[in-house]
Amino acid sequence: MNRLSTYFYKRPFMVTMLLLSVPMLYMLVVYLGSLFALLLNSFYYLEEFTGLVVKQFTLGTYAQLLKPSNLGIFGRTAGMAMAVTITDAVIAFPLAYYIAKFASRRLRTYLYIAVTLPLWSSYLVRVYAWKLILSKEGILSWFVNLFHLNPLLDGLLSLPGIGGSSLSLSPIGMFIAFCYIWLPYMIVPIQTALERVPKSLLEASSDLGAKPSQTFRNVILPLAFPGVVAGSIFTFSLTLGDFIVPQSLGNSRFFIGQAVYSHQGTSGNIPLAAAFTMGPVIIMVIYLLAARRLGAFDAL
Amino acid sequence: MRSKSYGEKASLGLKLGAIGTLLFLHVPLLIIFLYSFTTDETTYSFPLPGLTTKWFGVALHRTDLWEALKLSLQVASLATIAALILGTLAAAAVYRSNFFGRDAISFLLVLPIALPGIVTGIALRSAIGTLEIPFSFWTIIIGHATFCVVVVYNNVLARFRRMQSSQIEASMDLGANSFQTFRYIVLPNIATALLAGGMLAFALSFDEVIVTTFTAGQQSTLPIWIFSQLVRPRDRPVTNVVATIVILITFLPIFFAQKISAESSDTEGESK
Repeated sequence: MNRLSTYFYKRPFMVTMLLLSVPMLYMLVVYLGSLFALLLNSFYYLEEFTGLVVKQFTLGTYAQLLKPSNLGIFGRTAGMAMAVTITDAVIAFPLAYYIAKFASRRLRTYLYIAVTLPLWSSYLVRVYAWKLILSKEGILSWFVNLFHLNPLLDGLLSLPGIGGSSLSLSPIGMFIAFCYIWLPYMIVPIQTALERVPKSLLEASSDLGAKPSQTFRNVILPLAFPGVVAGSIFTFSLTLGDFIVPQSLGNSRFFIGQAVYSHQGTSGNIPLAAAFTMGPVIIMVIYLLAARRLGAFDAL
Repeated sequence: MRSKSYGEKASLGLKLGAIGTLLFLHVPLLIIFLYSFTTDETTYSFPLPGLTTKWFGVALHRTDLWEALKLSLQVASLATIAALILGTLAAAAVYRSNFFGRDAISFLLVLPIALPGIVTGIALRSAIGTLEIPFSFWTIIIGHATFCVVVVYNNVLARFRRMQSSQIEASMDLGANSFQTFRYIVLPNIATALLAGGMLAFALSFDEVIVTTFTAGQQSTLPIWIFSQLVRPRDRPVTNVVATIVILITFLPIFFAQKISAESSDTEGESK
């Protein structure tokens, strides 16, 4: 035993490599291998008459993505992801700011838990909650009735493109649910970024004559920005790839996630599903590289 | 001229904003609790027409639910064990040395949760399909382990960084070999990080639905059961009860896991 220990002690690099070998083998083979299989499949195509996948190189599957209906899916999903990201950044800021700069240590721990608890559990249950809340006979309609806001709601629902027969069957409902579900992913990185802003910096700003609003705009906001970018990685990426919310709350117009889900499911068209996923993959890789430039990874 | 000193106390507007966000995060869950007692079987009507506890009893006797719960627990346990082993090994390797590929490793580990779940899902599905492996219990676990590793990795690596390396040196100086040092110094030090990471990985796997829909065959985990109810509600009252129970059983483990990691990152912040 001691000899083995000494043997290892003298070869630290070998030990590191040994430790690393198992997890890396797993990630490289299973995960990257799968991503590679995905890429490969996106260059195959589905023979329409037989319904079988033909393993032959073609760009035809990608060409199908350029059909107007498919481009519409990309546009709709990216638009939703952007709207959700911006809204979440706005809603997240006050709470993140409060936790980072004003809460006592004890309160901070509990607020942090209150924010992160939903990150780890009950994702479906939380979507389900909005199905209850937004349904036509549900609690939100009841409140709308109570305050006589029906004309406003009806007006909102009659808007072309985002309206629908009820909130739980419209893009507006999806938007609310998305904002709700991914909100904690935005709060945590902004809070982390703000915690790193030294109090002395804020004092210096006010000593030099800046009004609180100026300090906020010129000192706090720029320093919180990497946190916002870090949070947006999650809100954006998760919205791009989700099919649970559109399936549960949306109307019949597809999002990327649903398109992938239905192409691989009913028709077994894995090549087209794979080509569809390459959209979000490319968007996210560019996004991640840009975020790294902006220093967002330090705020994670 | 000195203007008003900045930010001694939170302004009222900020407080209201913070409280509003907190309410937005948690009130919807309370509504589910409320609905699990409704007498309404066919719609989500509010105000509730009446209150009853009978749906808890009905849910208790549903064998499909028990099957789904059992499968979810089995999958989450095995995926957590895999994540604990792989994540700890990777964290130890990255902590030990400063070699070239460190960032690349973190990047690779974080990728399964940074990319949309659907990418991981369809990627695994096409790989499994290409290799003509039948979809089973094990393919679900393989999928879950890929995104659970990073949770353990992050927790354990943070703890390693906080650990005093002088402790390890002292142990070695006093004649302990590497294995003894690991057993008596390193392991106790990272124990709570393993616990926290393990519980979070468990919760993540227990709750996962997107990757699972792609890697499961005919099996139905609890999230898949709930998802089918979301799309085509057949058993509304039973779903309300299941949702309530899921919230209740995941609450405590995650609360404690979060408390452990929050406290250890707090002390980490201080030492910097």
